[in-house]
Amino acid sequence: MKYNFEQWHGFKNGTWSTEISVRSFIKHNYTPYDGDESFLEKSTQNTVDLWDKVLDLFEQERKNGGVLDMDTKVVSTITSHAPAYLDKTKETIVGFQTDKPLKRALMPYGGIRMAEKACADNGYTIDPEVKEFFSTHRKTHNAGVFDAYTPEMRACRSSHIITGLPDAYGRGRIIGDYRRVALYGVDRLIEDKEEQKITTRSAMYYDVIRIREELSEQIRALESLKEMALSYGFDISKPAKDTKEAIQWLYFAYLAAVKEQNGAAMSLGRTSTFLDIYSKRDLENGVYTEAEIQEMVDHFIMKLRMIKFARTPEYNQLFSGDPQWVTESIGGIAIDGRHMVTKMSYRYLHTLINLGPAPEPNLTVLWSTRLPENFKRYCAKISIETSSVQYENDDLMRFTHGDDYAIACCVSSMRLGKEMQFFGARANLAKCLLYAINGGVDEMSGKQVGPKYRPVTSEYLDYDEVIEKYDNMMEWLAGVYVNTLNIIHYMHDKYCYEKIQMALHDKNVVRWFATGIAGLSVVADSLSAIKYAKVKAIRNEQGVVVDYEVEGDFPKYGNDDDRVDTIAYDIVHKFMEHIRKNHTYRESIPTTSILTITSNVVYGKYTGATPDGRKKGEAFAPGANPMHNRDTKGAVASLSSVSKLPFRDAQDGISNTFSIVPSALGKDDRILVGDLIIDFDCANGSCATPTLFDDLDANDE
Amino acid sequence: MKGYIHSIESFGAVDGPGIRFVVFLQGCPLRCVYCHNPDTWEVGKGTKTDADQLIEQFMKNESFYSKGGITVTGGEPLLQIDFVTELFMKAKEKGIHTCVDTSGITFNPEDTRKYDLLIKYVDLVLLDVKHIDGEKHKAIAGADNNNILAFAKYLEKKNIPVWIRHVVIKGITDKKEDLYELGKFVGGLKNVRAIEVLPYHSMGETKYETLGIPYPLKGTKLLTDEEYQNARKYITEGYKNEHKISRF
Repeated sequence: MKYNFEQWHGFKNGTWSTEISVRSFIKHNYTPYDGDESFLEKSTQNTVDLWDKVLDLFEQERKNGGVLDMDTKVVSTITSHAPAYLDKTKETIVGFQTDKPLKRALMPYGGIRMAEKACADNGYTIDPEVKEFFSTHRKTHNAGVFDAYTPEMRACRSSHIITGLPDAYGRGRIIGDYRRVALYGVDRLIEDKEEQKITTRSAMYYDVIRIREELSEQIRALESLKEMALSYGFDISKPAKDTKEAIQWLYFAYLAAVKEQNGAAMSLGRTSTFLDIYSKRDLENGVYTEAEIQEMVDHFIMKLRMIKFARTPEYNQLFSGDPQWVTESIGGIAIDGRHMVTKMSYRYLHTLINLGPAPEPNLTVLWSTRLPENFKRYCAKISIETSSVQYENDDLMRFTHGDDYAIACCVSSMRLGKEMQFFGARANLAKCLLYAINGGVDEMSGKQVGPKYRPVTSEYLDYDEVIEKYDNMMEWLAGVYVNTLNIIHYMHDKYCYEKIQMALHDKNVVRWFATGIAGLSVVADSLSAIKYAKVKAIRNEQGVVVDYEVEGDFPKYGNDDDRVDTIAYDIVHKFMEHIRKNHTYRESIPTTSILTITSNVVYGKYTGATPDGRKKGEAFAPGANPMHNRDTKGAVASLSSVSKLPFRDAQDGISNTFSIVPSALGKDDRILVGDLIIDFDCANGSCATPTLFDDLDANDE
Repeated sequence: MKGYIHSIESFGAVDGPGIRFVVFLQGCPLRCVYCHNPDTWEVGKGTKTDADQLIEQFMKNESFYSKGGITVTGGEPLLQIDFVTELFMKAKEKGIHTCVDTSGITFNPEDTRKYDLLIKYVDLVLLDVKHIDGEKHKAIAGADNNNILAFAKYLEKKNIPVWIRHVVIKGITDKKEDLYELGKFVGGLKNVRAIEVLPYHSMGETKYETLGIPYPLKGTKLLTDEEYQNARKYITEGYKNEHKISRF
């Protein structure tokens, strides 16, 4: 059937006109922009006024100890709360999670205890009726998980060899294709879901029953979405007709998701180039001015900066702060070879100037060497001025995820509306090495947590022996880990299903089973020390190795030295091979990530001394980073070590975070001779820009 | 052949254009009071490394250096001029941009044979002029600047691109007349592409402590931004004045 909404006037038809396919719409209608940032507009007075109010609210929140207000009674659903405004007369984009800006919603479906504790730790008391209801009458995800856990899984959890598991909170990491609501309107999406329901298989096996139930839930969520938008005075059953509506429709869809789920990472997707199609049409037809469009974008981003969740201090400790990971992916290259930078890409980044720097939303540029030069320069400029832009390698990810993927959390890539992820936290591979040495006995508690394999008994560690034992222990760990995650995701689907987010997906989604690794560089260096230096085991009275003495030097990961870099490669590859041997829930595809960007501190805290000389409790390096101060050859060598890790085994992301003092990247100390001749008044430093620098390079050729 | 290497910085962004593979060579005949690498002074120490090995390390990550290249610094790299020549010859075979950061102190205008060979393979010289005044140069670096200025003239004659570097230290190299004179000298050279005016920093001090060497500039104040801008201005004025005379 062909649809022809009047709101689509001026758009080029394509597959998207008959099927739900935002990518097809973008491909047929977007216009790459090669120009510079000179078209951008400053913030309007309304924006300044609104942002002042927000800053004031943030200040009150901070003074209040981190939380402004919490809902303790109304369980959050898409329609649970009446509309709220900052200043109705000034907001071009509206909508808050609850009935008051920054008031944190009550979301007990992940686990009533976590919801209760989040309130209690912030000085609030959850309504006893809600507590009673979710303890007795309505089971939560958390309760389900603990009903099914084995004693071994519980032991692994308490010893922190597996940590950060989403078994008591929302797993997050799922990105609804929120653009669908703007492009098609909710009614068309419901129609599509009804059709999906009709076309399920007729024999009622568990998978068919489940998908039919889920589709019904999804349809109900879409109805709720319409109702919620209507409460704000918007009928979103039909497609958005202009830029303002497109942003508003899209934001309502995202808002519904954050009203429903308190997920660890609730990303926005990849919306800028999609929205640019609307703004370009509006500019051409004189519907809105550039200043008006920038104002809408500023207001939209302002709303995203105010997304908040009720969380416990422990959760915030694990993630170092109070993050939401409202990640938005910008730029990248299309499969047809065109770059995907548009004016809207600039407008999004420009909010960092109009509203000032901020960590949220997490603006992420999908970087390619083939991005237009003007945009590269603009990104560099905004990065220098605000330190608020994240960059990821589009050239690498496009190969597996095409040109309509987005980033969930910080690095997990998935095709929008087509792929989702089962977030799986991390296995502590450094602790696993210690288990290999101690025959499954935990070095901190002295308890037998892992299988009772034969421990290392010699005084000095032998590389071949340790490697063999380590491989066996990794095989065991991979098994417990995957099976723990199987339980978690089964229960999450059952008791805390992401209705609206999955409503904004296709029927048959690809599911990634995202495992994770912590402590990679500790293991690589430890094995290198055992191989190239001499490592003496220090045992306590019970015969458990609790410390190590390293005699001599050894190659350290992070210096582009193949002797140790290959060890790191082997660990990742072997661990993934062990993961792959296991059954994964819902035909999901196993992958892994090496990106403990924040929780490395916590993982290290619960891990005893390691054979690389790392002391008990000392933090791990973040992600795939070399251990602190062990990379001595600078960033390229360090990056080179990391880049040897097998991406096909760790498609969910590999990170190497490093900071660098700005002056080490370039200085204003240089007076270029060309300037002295052209402009005699140029000794103020401002002329030493990269542009002129390149000119100088050209002269040198 | 092998050179004595102090260390490698695989991500150098301030020693020549682009991202550079920076090789710190061991050994230096000067003892500049503000030196921030005293650990590179002693001759004959360091790791003996083949030129081929360095080229190999560079080539492994060459994509990082597409707009940069190799820089040798130190220490005084031209104490090991034969090694640098070989390294640069091999770099040029691979099309790598080469840059040497030198004080020019080892240059001898009476016998330039080794330099004639070296400059065949040099794309850029970063020439540190410590002080324009010979006596004052001797006071801060332990030797006069005759050879250094002669080296600058030599590079001009051979038309080798040069960036002049000058560190400005409060009370030592910040005098208006000296800076003006330095500017004039640079303005008279046709091959200079840039002047780097570097404000003195005290980050090297901890190294001295580690090495047990008394820090000559202990307690020296850092330049204020205004003083720094003035230093740039004086050099620029001298440059422009001389450049007009010699060019127009």
